Amino acid sequence: MNHIAPGARAGIYHYDEIDRQFVAERVEQFRKQVDRRLSGELTEEEFKPIRLMNGLYLQLHAYMLRIAVPYGVMSATQLRKLSAIGRKYDRGYGHFTTRQNLQYNWIKLEDTPAILHELAEVDMHALQTSGNCVRNVTTDPFVGAARDEVVDGRVYAEILRQWTTMHPEFTYLPRKFKIAISGAESDRAAVRIHDVGLLARRNDKGEPGFSFYVGGGLGRSPFVGKLVREWVAQEDFVAYLEAILRVYNQYGRRDNIYKARIKILVHELGLEKFTQEVEEEFARLRGPKYRLDPEIVDGIRQHFAPPPFEELPDHSEALERARASNPAFANWLAVNVAEHKAPGYAIATISLKPAGGIPGDATCDQMDLVADLAERYSFGELRVTHVQNLVLAHVKKDELYDLWKQLDAAGLGSANAGLIGDIIACPGLDYCALANARSIPLAQAISARFADPVRQRTIGELGIKISGCINACGHHHVGAIGILGVDKKGTEYYQITVGGDPTLTTAIGDILGPAVTETEAVDAIEAIVDVYLANRSDESERFIDTLARVGHAPFKERIYAAD
Amino acid sequence: MPLIENGRIGEDAWSFIPDGEPVPNDRPVIISFERWQAERDSFEGRNARLGVRLKSGTLAGAIAADLDRFSLVAVEFPKFRDGRGFSTARELRERYGYTGEIRAVGHVIPDQYLYLVRTGFSSVEAPEGTNPESWANALTEVTIAFQPSLDDTAPLSLLRRKLKVG
Repeated sequence: MNHIAPGARAGIYHYDEIDRQFVAERVEQFRKQVDRRLSGELTEEEFKPIRLMNGLYLQLHAYMLRIAVPYGVMSATQLRKLSAIGRKYDRGYGHFTTRQNLQYNWIKLEDTPAILHELAEVDMHALQTSGNCVRNVTTDPFVGAARDEVVDGRVYAEILRQWTTMHPEFTYLPRKFKIAISGAESDRAAVRIHDVGLLARRNDKGEPGFSFYVGGGLGRSPFVGKLVREWVAQEDFVAYLEAILRVYNQYGRRDNIYKARIKILVHELGLEKFTQEVEEEFARLRGPKYRLDPEIVDGIRQHFAPPPFEELPDHSEALERARASNPAFANWLAVNVAEHKAPGYAIATISLKPAGGIPGDATCDQMDLVADLAERYSFGELRVTHVQNLVLAHVKKDELYDLWKQLDAAGLGSANAGLIGDIIACPGLDYCALANARSIPLAQAISARFADPVRQRTIGELGIKISGCINACGHHHVGAIGILGVDKKGTEYYQITVGGDPTLTTAIGDILGPAVTETEAVDAIEAIVDVYLANRSDESERFIDTLARVGHAPFKERIYAAD
Repeated sequence: MPLIENGRIGEDAWSFIPDGEPVPNDRPVIISFERWQAERDSFEGRNARLGVRLKSGTLAGAIAADLDRFSLVAVEFPKFRDGRGFSTARELRERYGYTGEIRAVGHVIPDQYLYLVRTGFSSVEAPEGTNPESWANALTEVTIAFQPSLDDTAPLSLLRRKLKVG
């Protein structure tokens, strides 16, 4: 069933003829569905979910097409195709999203069949990137490379990709359904803000298994996912998820779109009753039909075999010389580069957050460059992160300096991963029909205000997340500083929250005080930072730790003192 | 209304009797679940076949104990977007071992037909004027499936395979 790629590359699932046939059939099916809409056989109401399940949204000014990047991992060839499509059918750029996907914001409806056809040439599609179905499964962008990894999440994310594709029972759910999986000690996939969050672990025999968190989510009613089962063995992985989805499909609310997510069901039923329902389904579902065969898991694992790493010393002289000679590179190294499990290799984050830029946007020229760099330095593979950056996961330490010079020359060398300039922002009122306020200009203004990389590094770990409405696509609830756009009688205002945390110690931020205007917001953020710097016990105390220690009062006082 | 079976328009031997109207004893009829609950004793000794119609909020468990009384269970879709019926059918088949006819009624579109078949439905009541071609096509346009279902008992060890239908 597999044809594994040549040895110099690794890390992506390679389609076989059956996968290709499936995508081709779906493209043709959608073409016919469009025809049936145009002939009037399908009503607009009937066509809408079909269009959404093919990734096509109607935005404020144009159609948006969201391309699936399964668990955020793709090949250089695929990125080049995304670039070519952006050049030909959009305005020369694409936008990387918090679901580790890519979307085009200026698409013509009549071009979509041609775009889908071009995507299929590189084994890509836009299926299930929207609609009330199970969406693209996300995972740790450092998967298969991180030094703290316990289980390779790609294997199980790929199993879920297949299992959720056109699932006959779960394609008309009460609402969308998002799953994230993390197999490392640090959670880089924000698992507890997902409908289902999975922590892959190992028992004392070394066998993989999963902790299931259910009912997390942001939006107008934010909830942190609750632990429903501590340990689900690998063979029961699919059966347990099937049980959760069946309970949700039967009991999830359908009377009110704002109460239809599984988080509300878990909340209203209570964790105990919900768990009992799931366990009953699971006990019955367990058995040969739903058992995940270890051979299947091994077959899929082969696709993700490690690339042919050279045997290298972990210490790189070349790297140390470059670090000592170039302070800007040294700064990037300290901020954007993480430890790799293979000695002599490192994981490099490519920030899509230049000072004053639009978070997550990349021009087609930049995409082509990253594709070239991925081929030259990282076995032809790259990842999209849920904070809207890119990652080259397998770079030789000896070559990091060369890589950085080329990134920097193309405006991709910002040293701000995890810092105040690494802002998540939703498309906001510039694009989105649901938004109350613009997100992008505020993100641009804040990142311009904190442009100095040295100042950013001094401030340290501090995530700002901006949503243009209560639907919270910019994850503002879990920003160390969160900003929510609201509309007050036709004027855009911004409500500031503090103390949110997307990692395993998940926390929803608290509102600091009354909403402020766009200009006041930038000043308020700076004031919050100043108060933090003045109050922190030492440089190692992060913003959220200082906040937890000193409380809201000093921050409030500074921002609202003049009122 | 046209009845879709095996991808074609078929003969419908059944008729639905609205609540309050007399139930004929000489031909197959479908009654509402609510009527069944209220008048179940009156169906003792009936020889002609009986079917029951479930609203989308009535889940499989509600009728499970009485399934041997029914040759047909009709599952209602108030809106095609309300997908509870897919789970209801699957529960009827897998959990409660029901082997009679399961029929989708209400608002269902051809684009859902393959899902219906794969979750255990045997027939669909389509709206008047429906395009039969779209129903026939729905079973053959996608031939790959990634999960086990009612039309196929192979274990999950084959995550991906061709469907036999069509």
